[in-house]
Amino acid sequence: MYTYVSLIVLFPLIGFLINGLAGSRIKSEKASGIIGTSAVMLSFLTACGIFIEMLGLPVEERKHIVTLFQWIGAGSLSINAAFQVDQLSILMTLVVTGVGSLIHIYSIGYMHGDKGFWRFFAYLNLFIFAMLNLVLADNFLLMFLGWEGVGLCSYLLIGFWYDRNFEKSTTSDAAKKAFITNRVGDFGFLLGMFLIFTTFGTLQFDSVFGQAALYEKGTPIIFWITLFLFVGATGKSAQIPLYVWLPDAMAGPTPVSALIHAATMVTAGIYMVARSSILFALAPATMHIVAVIGLATAFFAATIGLVQNDIKKVLAYSTISQLGYMFLACGVGAFTAGLFHLMTHAFFKALLFLGAGAVIHAMHEEQDIQKMGGLKNYMPTTYKTFFIAALAISGIPPLSGFFSKDEILWKAFADGSPILWAVGALTAGMTAFYMFRLVTLTFEGKERFDVHHTHPHEAPNTMTVPLMILAGLAVVGGLIGIPHSLGGGNQFEVFLEPVFEKAAFKMSLPYHDASAAEYLLMAVSVAIAAASIFAARTVYLNRTDVAARMAQQFPGLYKLLFNKYYIDEAYDAAVIMPIKKTSEIVLWKGVDVNVIDNVINTGAKLVGFASEMFRRVQTGVTQTYAVVFLVGILFILGWLMM
Amino acid sequence: MVPLNYYLLLSAFMFSIGVLGVVVRRNAIIVFMCIELMLNSVNLTLVALSAYIGDPTGQMLVFFVMVVAAAEAAVGLTIIIALFRNKQTVNIDEINLLKW
Repeated sequence: MYTYVSLIVLFPLIGFLINGLAGSRIKSEKASGIIGTSAVMLSFLTACGIFIEMLGLPVEERKHIVTLFQWIGAGSLSINAAFQVDQLSILMTLVVTGVGSLIHIYSIGYMHGDKGFWRFFAYLNLFIFAMLNLVLADNFLLMFLGWEGVGLCSYLLIGFWYDRNFEKSTTSDAAKKAFITNRVGDFGFLLGMFLIFTTFGTLQFDSVFGQAALYEKGTPIIFWITLFLFVGATGKSAQIPLYVWLPDAMAGPTPVSALIHAATMVTAGIYMVARSSILFALAPATMHIVAVIGLATAFFAATIGLVQNDIKKVLAYSTISQLGYMFLACGVGAFTAGLFHLMTHAFFKALLFLGAGAVIHAMHEEQDIQKMGGLKNYMPTTYKTFFIAALAISGIPPLSGFFSKDEILWKAFADGSPILWAVGALTAGMTAFYMFRLVTLTFEGKERFDVHHTHPHEAPNTMTVPLMILAGLAVVGGLIGIPHSLGGGNQFEVFLEPVFEKAAFKMSLPYHDASAAEYLLMAVSVAIAAASIFAARTVYLNRTDVAARMAQQFPGLYKLLFNKYYIDEAYDAAVIMPIKKTSEIVLWKGVDVNVIDNVINTGAKLVGFASEMFRRVQTGVTQTYAVVFLVGILFILGWLMM
Repeated sequence: MVPLNYYLLLSAFMFSIGVLGVVVRRNAIIVFMCIELMLNSVNLTLVALSAYIGDPTGQMLVFFVMVVAAAEAAVGLTIIIALFRNKQTVNIDEINLLKW
């Protein structure tokens, strides 16, 4: 089965080519949709086959490298187009293609009637292709190719409705913002890659990590490599300071938000950190930075999420916050916990976004939750699945989010510090609060829209079936990672352990037995989540005046949160305006107009002046020419004779 | 037997007249004739030297020069006629269209 790994990547590419090249001629939404969806489903089935075969193999034989061809060969640089199939990459492949398939099915219903239907599916397939390259690559460069590919697809899909307005500008501006912000991160990734090449002389994962294992912990060069790699991760995975693009990425169609900006692409940074775990394990300083940045992002994004009114914006900040959790896990060395949360998050966050999409669909493109309410009577399936997802993300046992989030919090406490745990638990409480604020305002209470004008309706089957499947996964997804303390075998960790063996050895984290502390922390975080849910439901269902009163009582804080800490404005003032002004005043009016234009014009004038003088030679009198000719010949003859 | 020098001096004399004519005369036909004169002075040199050295190659070359001269005469006269038709003159002072 392993040799078929290239098929996983090939199917979406074929789907992209068919829809991309012939899509406008297919003219049938059904055909386009089926081609796009089946391409991803075939990939998923192939990945399942490999996964099942892998489970049957002994642990030492589970990793395979399938080389397709030599991609670049120049001097000592040799890069293969090769796929590394191991526990980590197959997990990511399953998540990408599995969740991807469901979102493709959903998109058939969601994008129904859109004039760019085939274009949408072409982009989605291209995205899956790039993402699979990213997770299956066996070297940094091929990974970077996928990394850039997903960035491109993200750009194309955010700006998919290029003729629509988004907030104060257009969707194209949002797309550009995402792309350019990612460029900053990618620059870090590139620098990291250059450093890796100069240090290890190769970009191939196995040989880089093999050589790295011989280094001492805390070597400066490894610190810089990991720091630059992490800068790349902050761009792609929307962490402080480069998270600003993700909220704006909500300008894209909702399935895109679900697939790219919640479940898969934004987790690429976590995947990259986990893949390079051995490097990070050698750089404790970077690990601290990762943990702190992750936690800070989780916390600040959650506070912003508390007051947003756009249904997708709340989910966007929630995604940033959850990604922060995953980095917190990586930062304290709990890579498996981070990946576990990555997987469960893919389930419930995709579900939340798709549910939000169904709501937006039903409300005719209305996204303001203040203008919703009472939708549970109109769209029961969406309500139920959304509710399950909200419970899962809040960390209510035994749903998937509970296990993964608790694992992270416990590891943050045990291997990090109590402060990390405390802030993490507080963030978990805020998560539960804003999720149930969202659920309550959207689905419960009285209708706050014009009932005679808007008639919300349940979404079609193509949309509700993926919702139900994802809801099932959000419920049971955590069961594969039940910790030892709760009597489970933590299958997930056991499965992934070989990948992080070296890193774990370098970090030599102590083994924690199930202890009273763990149970206590678990109980506390569940209690916080439950209390937050209760508070949110009370505030937004029965005591609707409380929220407004709170906002009035702390107007400064409320405005600060509502305006997202004015980070966009700050970046605008600190980065964008200076660059714009420098370009305009110095580069354009200074260098371009005065220096470059002047040099060119002076040269032209000199030539003109010289020819003005020399053209007098051309008299038009033939005989003058003849005399000059004669004199010339005489001169040459004289010279020859001498 | 006339010495070689005589031929060469005659030839140089004819050539100088030709050059002078080309440079100073204004009538296109005269200029044209002067060019012919230069060609023929060269022919004379060739024939004389060929006889002096005893190598017939020079005499063969004269035929080539004559053929070219004939062709040149045909083309040159045609141009002069064309010029006259357009400008009603063959004075080359007045034919200075290619001036700056």
